[in-house]
Amino acid sequence: MNRANFKWRVVRFTAFGMSLLFIGAGLARQEHLDVLQKAVRICLECVGIG
Amino acid sequence: MSGMRGNRMRNDGRRKRISVQRMVQILSAVIINGYAVGFARGKIFTGKSKAFCVPVLNCYSCPGALGACPIGSLQAALGGRHFPFYVLGSLMLFGIVLGRLACGMLCPFGLVQDLLYKIPVPKWNVPKRVDRPARYLKYVVLFVFVIVLPIFAVSENGVAIPYFCKYICPAGTLGGGLPLMAANPRLRELIGVLFDWKVMVLVVILISSMFVSRPFCRYLCPLGAFYSIFNKFGFYQMKLDENACIGCGRCERACSMAVEVTKDINGPECIRCGKCKAVCPTKAISSGFCKRSNLVQSVREEG
Repeated sequence: MNRANFKWRVVRFTAFGMSLLFIGAGLARQEHLDVLQKAVRICLECVGIG
Repeated sequence: MSGMRGNRMRNDGRRKRISVQRMVQILSAVIINGYAVGFARGKIFTGKSKAFCVPVLNCYSCPGALGACPIGSLQAALGGRHFPFYVLGSLMLFGIVLGRLACGMLCPFGLVQDLLYKIPVPKWNVPKRVDRPARYLKYVVLFVFVIVLPIFAVSENGVAIPYFCKYICPAGTLGGGLPLMAANPRLRELIGVLFDWKVMVLVVILISSMFVSRPFCRYLCPLGAFYSIFNKFGFYQMKLDENACIGCGRCERACSMAVEVTKDINGPECIRCGKCKAVCPTKAISSGFCKRSNLVQSVREEG
């Protein structure tokens, strides 16, 4: 494998690993519940009421 | 009857098959907004699946939405004054796995723009000197409206305001605002200047979509801006076989995002719709997950 392709593969898998790590950290901090709490209520700003 | 078979009639009487892209887009829009009774009741879905972000710009206040909008969630999380691990991680995962394939294949608002562009009115090719700089606007929208303002410009009582959703997002107006207003009289009583502004933004974007292909995706979408960062090195890659390419330029004429296919096939604007692949007479263009792209060549050209 040449160097340039190897470099991009490293970037790809590092970003992939970081995303999984971030999701894991977020789940541990129960951030998904914050997302849920926001998403189950009508967002007045989003629908244009403000 | 022809619709049931997934075919449409052309002007000359021949049947034209619905493209794979269109079928995937419709399926995605239906699945992501699968809570059909919400539209009739004027209420939104409140199930646990809303703890998960969807990979596209789909308002969580759309009555049918089964998941959370990643851009709305990011603004809310940033306003909470802590690092948004979960939402950012989800966005990065979508970006690295799908990249802008999500824009081209899965986004319901992309589908709306694509359908409007089918309306037979004169099309406008935006001149390069206007188009190229204007594309940076979506990065400004991402940085200013989605990141900076929700962090620093909080309301008097310390509540973060989702500025992008509030002042720009046409997907929220189309998918959330209008259906809720139509079905919910209580909400209709609250309509004011902001709603008029948002409807105006939506109308301008929808009318523009008839003349210019995907104007919102090109110039304003912060989610597209985020995903475009991953286009060069994500798992899903396009590949141009330069030995097979005859330089006919059909791919670039077919591209709805005005990507210079032969120069930068994995550029940030490519939404992986596959139109270039479909029209290539020599099958020089291919795409797929973990495909070895032309990275070496582009790196050499840059270096």
